[in-house]
Formats: sequence, structure tokens, C-alpha cells
Amino acid sequence: MRKLTMLKAINEALRQEMRRDPRVYVTGEDVGVFGGCFGVTAGLIEEFGPDRVRDTPITESAIVGSSVGAAATGLRPVAELMFIDFIGVTMDQIFNQAAKMRYMFGGKAKVPMVLRMPCGAGGSAAAQHSQCLEAWLMHVPGLKVVAPSMPYDAKGLLISSIRDDNPVVFIEHKFLYGAEGDVPEEPYTIPLGKADVKKEGKDVTIIATMAMVHRALEAAADLEKDGISAEVVDPRTLQPLDNETIINSIKKTHRAVIVHEAVKFAGPGAEIAAMIAEEAFDYLDAPIKRVAAPFTPVPFSPPLEKDFVPSKEKITSAVKALLQE
Amino acid sequence: MAIEKEKLLWMYRNMVTIRLFEERVAEYFAAGKIYGFVHLYVGEEATATGVCANLRKDDYITSTHRGHGHLISKGGDLKLMMAELFGRKTGYCKGKGGSMHIADVELGILGANGIVGGGFPIATGAGLTAKYNGTDQVAVCFFGDGASNQGTFHEALNLASIWKLPVIFVNENNMYGISMSQKKSMNVPDVAARAAAYNVPGVVVDGNDVLAVYEAAGEAIKRARSGEGPTLLECKTYRYRGHFEGDPTVYRPKEEVEEWKKKDPIPRFENELAKMGILAPDQAQTIKAEIGKLIDEAVKFAEESPWPSPEEITEDVYAV
Ligand SMILES: Cc1ncc(C[n+]2csc(CCOP(=O)(O)OP(=O)(O)O)c2C)c(N)n1
Repeated sequence: MRKLTMLKAINEALRQEMRRDPRVYVTGEDVGVFGGCFGVTAGLIEEFGPDRVRDTPITESAIVGSSVGAAATGLRPVAELMFIDFIGVTMDQIFNQAAKMRYMFGGKAKVPMVLRMPCGAGGSAAAQHSQCLEAWLMHVPGLKVVAPSMPYDAKGLLISSIRDDNPVVFIEHKFLYGAEGDVPEEPYTIPLGKADVKKEGKDVTIIATMAMVHRALEAAADLEKDGISAEVVDPRTLQPLDNETIINSIKKTHRAVIVHEAVKFAGPGAEIAAMIAEEAFDYLDAPIKRVAAPFTPVPFSPPLEKDFVPSKEKITSAVKALLQE
Repeated sequence: MAIEKEKLLWMYRNMVTIRLFEERVAEYFAAGKIYGFVHLYVGEEATATGVCANLRKDDYITSTHRGHGHLISKGGDLKLMMAELFGRKTGYCKGKGGSMHIADVELGILGANGIVGGGFPIATGAGLTAKYNGTDQVAVCFFGDGASNQGTFHEALNLASIWKLPVIFVNENNMYGISMSQKKSMNVPDVAARAAAYNVPGVVVDGNDVLAVYEAAGEAIKRARSGEGPTLLECKTYRYRGHFEGDPTVYRPKEEVEEWKKKDPIPRFENELAKMGILAPDQAQTIKAEIGKLIDEAVKFAEESPWPSPEEITEDVYAV
């Protein structure tokens, strides 16, 4: 099959959905001729023009809020925030307006919008441009939170997100933009709320998200050499979370290691661990372990930043420690 | 206004320091020795210089993602700045902040900022402290034309106005917010016009003329120090380089850049000083060479400094 980078896969999903549905438009800072801060929207303005690829001033609250208003009145906006770190500027529009409108209106409105944004450390962009804030968003009833790890998933999940009638936050790890993988040319969907087993195994389940899926797969390959068979589960959607696929894997392996790049305390892994403890405690042969970032802002200096992001070695040693329990 | 020769020479040296520092940063960034995002100030040196020439050490500034020029003008140490850009332990932020977060609270530098519009309320708060304590300190908030579209700009300007705080909002209008020209991002020609909505004076000045900036900022600062409240000062200027290092700047015409280069604030001021009989061409060369050496030293200091050690990662999250 044809290989595409995640960046191109997302671009293709946007292009195909814009062709299919004239209500879909793209908006955000520098999404036009500049093609978006990371180049995700490159070329769209040439095909769809400035009415459907709408450059905005630096005004995140208005980007999100206008998308809420446009979505509630019949359009299907796909808004881009340059970095997930900027949700702080716009949080009221996300959690008090977008997420609650339908509920508060007694089901009499729908808000079919997508908010795309990159997250993640790795380029010394420092503490205000490198965070993984998915846990903030998972906590908000009314939002869906999507976090792909592979180009294939990114395309199918984005198309599903655009067609979904709810506000969907679509998180892209910026260091996965260059990751290549098989991506079919025709449009396709992947259901939101369906996890994917990225590698089968029988001794331990590693539940990993976004860039950490790749780390977990590398760790699993190393563990294989030591005779340890790890299963890698990628939730792909964090809200709704696919409890069933995770629990089924635990029933098979009896051990769980959760890996994410967000800080550990009250991170996404806390929810996943609690869910496993509540629903599959009897199947566990050892305590649940989490491998995640320390409870600090993301440091700038390359060696510190490297220590911040969970490494393959931290994952393998967590797995080995667990197998000793 | 008669300005002492020393001050004029300080302004000249400061502009040259910013220019040479930035050119060196571009080089080391290209060589992979400086990390992260780097936004250079080349072309805009007259604004920070003209404004800060009026400030005292105990005054405050807030800066932006394009902050090196502001920090240098407020007295920032070149060695500590360079070490920070190199990610070293000896840097201003112990390697934790980088270009977009350099601060020196003792010098009243309340940080560069990675969040566009993040500085407005902070400067307002610094102005509040000054007023609260009954000092005559002022706070200067540097920001771009793009930033003036953020809600924080309007909220802070209003608050500073109703509370009559000693804050000078200094807009460095380089006509672009990344790729978006100011013509498209706002429907008024001057950012300063927005001051009217808050009953604050809005002043427009040639931002490439350091003396014009110095005088206009001087007025605003005098006003603030004497308890008359904020001013919005707009300096029209231009950035010669891309938004960040690596930006191919497809969004603006080359001729526009060339036009603005003819208005380069440094040769322009050099000529004026020569006319005043204050700076002979060979003196300008000597100054440039001296400053070049200071920057060499800063680079040497940065390169020879140690990296932060792993256990430092969790330090300074909380005050103890
Ligand atoms: C809240 C927020 N939104 C967007 C960005 C990305 N960004 C960084 S600089 C910049 C442009 C700023 O333009 P302007 O305020 O005019 O300053 P200039 O770069 O021209 O000095 C943008 C959009 C950011 N850092 N923070």
C-alpha cells in the first residue's frame, strides 16, 4: 500500500472531507498560504480558496468560539490551534461553551466541530509549547478526545471526527508528523472510541498513547529478545475510552503498564489505571504501573528534555519489574 | 530635547549589541548549537532601545517571543543570555526556559513569553505593585501588532486605564503576525487607534528612528510616573528576517523587505550621530569591534558551561 506521513495523511483527510461536504471549512492562524505552523494545511487554500481556508488573527478564543457558533448554526468547522498549549487562552469556549451547549439546551443543539492541535515535547520548544494536556480535555463531559499514533489511524479518525456531530478535540503529536505508514487513498472512517491492538502478546499489556505507542513497540521488540511477550494497546480515542479492548487484553496478560508523555500525576494513565482496578482487579497478577513524565513543566535544555520524555529503557524496566512481582 | 552625549552613545552601542547578538544567534542556530524556536529582532532595535533608554533599573518590562532586544536593552547579561540559548546550567533560567522564557527579575525583566498576549496582564500587575507601594516605578509591556488582537490586550488596557496604572503599552508594529499582514488582521491602520476605546492616549511614532521613540516613550513614562496612567505607544517598524529562523517568508514581497532595509535604524542613527559630531566612522567601527568581542566572550562562556544534570529536572517547580 501507499505510504504517507502522518502530516500528509491528515492533510488528505481534510481535503477529502472538504470536497465531500461544502459545509466543512478550515480555520486558524496561518492556515492559508503559510500552510499551518507545521504544514498540515498546505495547499488547501489553492484548492478551496480563502472562504473555506480562513486565516484568523491571533485570537484563539475567537477561533474556538466562532467555530462553536458556526457549528451550532449549520457549518462544520475544523479549527487549528498552533499548539495545544494555547488551549489555556480559549478554555472557556472549549469547556463551558462547545462542550456543554447541547446538554444545557436540553439536546436542542449540536456542535459538530473539530479542534486540531499538536502536542508534545522533543524539539526544545520549552514549557509553553511542548505539553501533553489531553487529561484536561478528557475530564470535560461533552467533548470527544482523539489522539492517534499512526498515519492510518490519523486519517480514518479525522474523517470520523469531522463527520461526528459533537465537538471533537483532535490531538496530533508533533513528532509523529514525519512518521510514515500505510494509508489507503480513498476516504475511510475509524470509529471513535475503538482501541487498537498494535502488537499481540501474552505476558504484559502496555497501554500507550500517541508518540509513546512507538516507544512501546520498540520496547516490546527489545523485551521479545529477553523472552517477554508484550501486547501493545493504543486507545486511539481517550474520550470515549475503549475499556473493553483494554480489559480483554488484561484478562489475557494479567499485567498492565500504562505509558504516556503527559505528567504522571492526574494524567490520562490515572483514569486508565483506575478503570482497570475497578473493572478487572481480579485478573491482575501484579499492581498496575505507570511510566510517564515527571511532575514538572517541560524543560528547554536538550538533556533535561530527553529525561522528561519516557524512554524505551524506562518502559522495559517497568515491564521487567512488574514481571518480578 | 537636548540629550546628553553619553545617552546617545549608549543608544548606539545598545542597538549594535542587539544586532550583533542576533546575527550570532542566527549563525549558531543554523549550526545546531542553539535549540528550539528562535525569533530574531533584527531591524527592530530602535524600539526597545529608545524606550529602555528612559527606564531605571527598578522599572519593569514584559517581553515577547521576540525578546532578546528587550532584555539587552533592559541590561540583560549577554553571557547568561547566550548560555540559556545554548541550554546550559549557567544560563538565565538554568537551561529550563530557552529563548522564549528568559527573565531577570532583579533587573525588572518579567520574562520573554511564549504565549502571544501573555504579557499584557502581567505588566498591568507590575504597574499595580508600583502604584500600591506608592513608588514612581513604571512597567513597560512590549508586544506585536498581532498580539493586539488577543483579548488580553483589551482587558489589560481597560484595567490599567480605570485603575490609572503606570503602564506603557509599547506596540512594535512590524506589520506581520507570522504570515498575516496587519492589513488583514485588523480594520484600523494604527494599533494606537484602539487606545481611544479605553480613554488612553494613543501615540504613533517612527519605530526605526531611535530618537523619536526615545522622546515619545519619555513623554509616556513621565505621564505614568506622575500618576496619570497608561499610554499606548505604537512604533512602526519591520523585521528583516523570517518570523522564526527557518521561515522562508513566502507571505511578503522581497521588494518590501528591501524598501525597509533602506530605513535600517542603525546606519540611520550612525549618520545622525556623525552629523552631530558625536561619532566618527572609525569610532563606530571600534564600537562594533568591542561589542563583537563581548559577544565572543558570551559564546565562549556558553560553550564552556556544563549541561544541567538530570536531578535538576524536578527543581524549582515549587518555591520552598
Ligand atoms: C497564544 C498564542 N497564539 C499563537 C502563538 C504563535 N505565535 C507566536 S508568535 C506569533 C505572531 C506574533 O505576532 P506579533 O504579535 O505581531 O509579533 P511579531 O512576531 O510580529 O513580533 C504567533 C501567532 C503563540 N505563541 N501564542
